[in-house]
Amino acid sequence: MNIKKLVFSLTIFVSAFLLFLPGCSKNSQNEILIGEYESLTGSEATFGISSTNGLKLAVEEYNNSGGLLGKQIKLITYDDQGKPSEAATAVQKLINKDKVAGIIGEVASSRSKAGAQICQSSKIPMISPASTNPEVTAIGDYIFRVCFIDPFQATVISKFAINTLKIKRVAVLQDVKNAYSTGLADFFIKQFKEMGGDIIEVQSYSNGDKDFKAQLTAIKAKNPEGVFIPGYYTDVGLIAIQAREIGITAPLFGSDGWESDKLTEGKAKDALEGCYFSTHVSTENPSPEVQDFIKKYKTKYNMMPDAMSFLAYDAGMIMFDAIKRAGSTDPDKIRNEIAKTKDYSGVTGKISINDQRNAIKPAVILEIKGGQFTYKETVNP
Amino acid sequence: MTEFIQQLINGLSLGSIYALIALGYTMIYGILRFINFAHGDVFMIGAFSGYYLAILFGFSSASGLMSLVYAIIILICSMIICAALGFTIEKLAYKPLRSSPKLTILITAIGVSLFLEYTGQLVFGADPKSFPTLVENKPVVTLGGAVIFSNPLVVLVTAVILMIILRMIVMKTKMGTAMRAVSYNMTAASLMGININRIISFTFIIGSSLAAAAGILFGLNYPKIDPLIGILYGLKAFVAAVLGGIGNIAGAALGGMIIGLTETFVSGYISSTYRDAIAFAILILLLLFKPTGLMGKKEIEKV
Repeated sequence: MNIKKLVFSLTIFVSAFLLFLPGCSKNSQNEILIGEYESLTGSEATFGISSTNGLKLAVEEYNNSGGLLGKQIKLITYDDQGKPSEAATAVQKLINKDKVAGIIGEVASSRSKAGAQICQSSKIPMISPASTNPEVTAIGDYIFRVCFIDPFQATVISKFAINTLKIKRVAVLQDVKNAYSTGLADFFIKQFKEMGGDIIEVQSYSNGDKDFKAQLTAIKAKNPEGVFIPGYYTDVGLIAIQAREIGITAPLFGSDGWESDKLTEGKAKDALEGCYFSTHVSTENPSPEVQDFIKKYKTKYNMMPDAMSFLAYDAGMIMFDAIKRAGSTDPDKIRNEIAKTKDYSGVTGKISINDQRNAIKPAVILEIKGGQFTYKETVNP
Repeated sequence: MTEFIQQLINGLSLGSIYALIALGYTMIYGILRFINFAHGDVFMIGAFSGYYLAILFGFSSASGLMSLVYAIIILICSMIICAALGFTIEKLAYKPLRSSPKLTILITAIGVSLFLEYTGQLVFGADPKSFPTLVENKPVVTLGGAVIFSNPLVVLVTAVILMIILRMIVMKTKMGTAMRAVSYNMTAASLMGININRIISFTFIIGSSLAAAAGILFGLNYPKIDPLIGILYGLKAFVAAVLGGIGNIAGAALGGMIIGLTETFVSGYISSTYRDAIAFAILILLLLFKPTGLMGKKEIEKV
C-alpha cells in the first residue's frame, strides 16, 4: 500500500470514528429513557401514528407536572415500517444503543412477537398497547399488554353475530401471513361453532395482496349471511370494495385491526356501510376520562383519537406508574411493579394485569355509518 | 357455473394487467436481450401519475360522460409521463453500458428499480393511497346469476385495444418493421441503415407507456396503491413473459392471461395459500418440456 492510500484510509477511518463519537456518550442523568417501536409508515401506518401520539400525551403530562422520580421522561420512537424484521432491529437498537428502561410497542401481534423475543432475552419490560394475540405475552415474564386477548374478542364477536345480527351461516376470510389474523380466525371458528353457528367457508389471503376477487367469489357461491374478516384496515378496505363489486351484500364484520380513520377512505366508505367491528373503546363513551382524553388529543393534534391512541396512552401511564412505585429505573423492579398493577383507572377503563400478564377488559362493538364509527354495544368479560 | 363465470372474468381482468406489463418486458428483451427489472416500477409510477393527475385536475368522483373523457385524458397523460421516464432511464442508465457485459446492465436495472421504489416511498409516502374512482363501477350484465361489473370489462377492453394498437405498430409501420429487424439481428439491421438508438428508445417509450396504462387499470380495479406494488406485479408479469416465450409479443399477452387465470382459479377453488406456488410450478413444468416458453422460438447460439 502506498503512502497516499494509507493516509486516505486513515482519514476516512478517523472521521468515521469522530462522526459516531457524540452518539455514544449521551446518557443524561436527568432523563428516564423509554423506547417505543411502531409502524409509522407502511400499510398500517395509522396504527403507529395514533399510538405514538397517544403515548406522547402521557409523556407530556408527566413531564409538565414535575417528571418522574424527579427526572424528565425522554421518549425514543423508532419506525419499524410495518415489518417484523425491522421491529426486531428497532428493539435491539433501543436496548443496546439507547439503553432504555422500558419499551412500549407494537400494535400488530406479529411485530410485537418479534420485539418481545428480544425484550425477554435482555430482560427489559415491554408493554404492548394493542396486540391481542395470546402468544405475545406468553413469550415471557417481561412482556405485558393493556388490552384484551383474542379468545375473548372471538367470543364477543360470536355472541354479537348470533344474538344481535342473528346470523348463523358465516364465511371467514383470514390473512395467513399475520399471527393476529389466523389466531383470531381460529378462536372465532371454534367459538362460533360452539354457540351453534355454521362456518360455511374459510378463505385466506396474504397481507399486501390487492386482488381478493377469487376468494370472495368462492365465498359468494356459498351464500353466507355474514363474512368475518379478521384483518388490518388497508386490506379490509380493498376487500370490502371488491366484495360489493362481485355482489356480496351480506354484512362484513371484523375486529380491532379495522380501527383506523383510513378504513373508510375512498370507495370503501360505501362498501363498508352497515358493517361492524369489535374494538377497545368508543369515542362516544360519555365517561369523563374518555371525553377528557379526546379533548386533550384534539387540542394537540387537531384530529380524533382512535382506539390505538387510547391504548398507547394507557400503556405509557402504566409503565410510568410502575417506575414511580418501583422508585428506580431498574428493569427487574419495573417489571415486578407492572405485574402488580391492579384496578388502574385508565382512559380505556379499569386495568388489572393478570397472571398471564394480560389485561381483563370489556370490548365494544362499533357500527360503520356514513364513514363514521358509531357505538353499538359493550360486551363485558 | 355462476361462480365459474365470475372467476373467469376476475381472472381475465387480472391477467390483462399482467399482460400489459409483460409486453414491456418482452419487447425490451426482444431488442436488447436483457431483463429490464425496473419495468415493474415504471408500472407503479404510472399508477401514481394517475393518482396525482386526478388530484391536479380536481377530479373528485365519476359521473356521466365527462368522467370517461377525464379518465382517457388521465390515461394518456400518465402514458406520456412514463414514456418520458422509460426514455430517460434508457438514456441515462442503460445506453452507456450497451457494450458492457450483460450482467452489468442487469445489475444496473436492479439498481434503477430500487431507486424508483425508495424514491417513491420518500416522495409519495409509504402508506397506501386510495386511487380515485375514474370510471363509475356499475353492474352491466347478469350472466346466469353472475353479476358482471363494468370495471373488469373496462380493464379487459382497454387492454385488448392497446394490444391491437401495439400489434399494428409492430406489424404495419416502418418503425415496427425496423424494430423487428433489430430484434432479429442488430448488427445486420444497423448495416441496412436503421438507427439502432432510435429504435431502442422507441421500444422503451412503447413498453413504458403500456406499463403506465397497466398502472391506471390496476388503480381502477384495486383502488389502493403504494410505492412497492411494482415489485410483486413486476415479478408476476416477468414470469408471464417467460411463460409465453420471452421476446415474443403475442406470447407475453398469452402468458399474462394464463398467470391471471391460474392465480384466480387456484385461489378460488383450491387455496390462496398455494396460489403462487402453483403458478410457479406451472412455469417450471412448462419450461422443463418447452424451454423457450409457449410461443418462443429456439435461438441458435452462434459460436
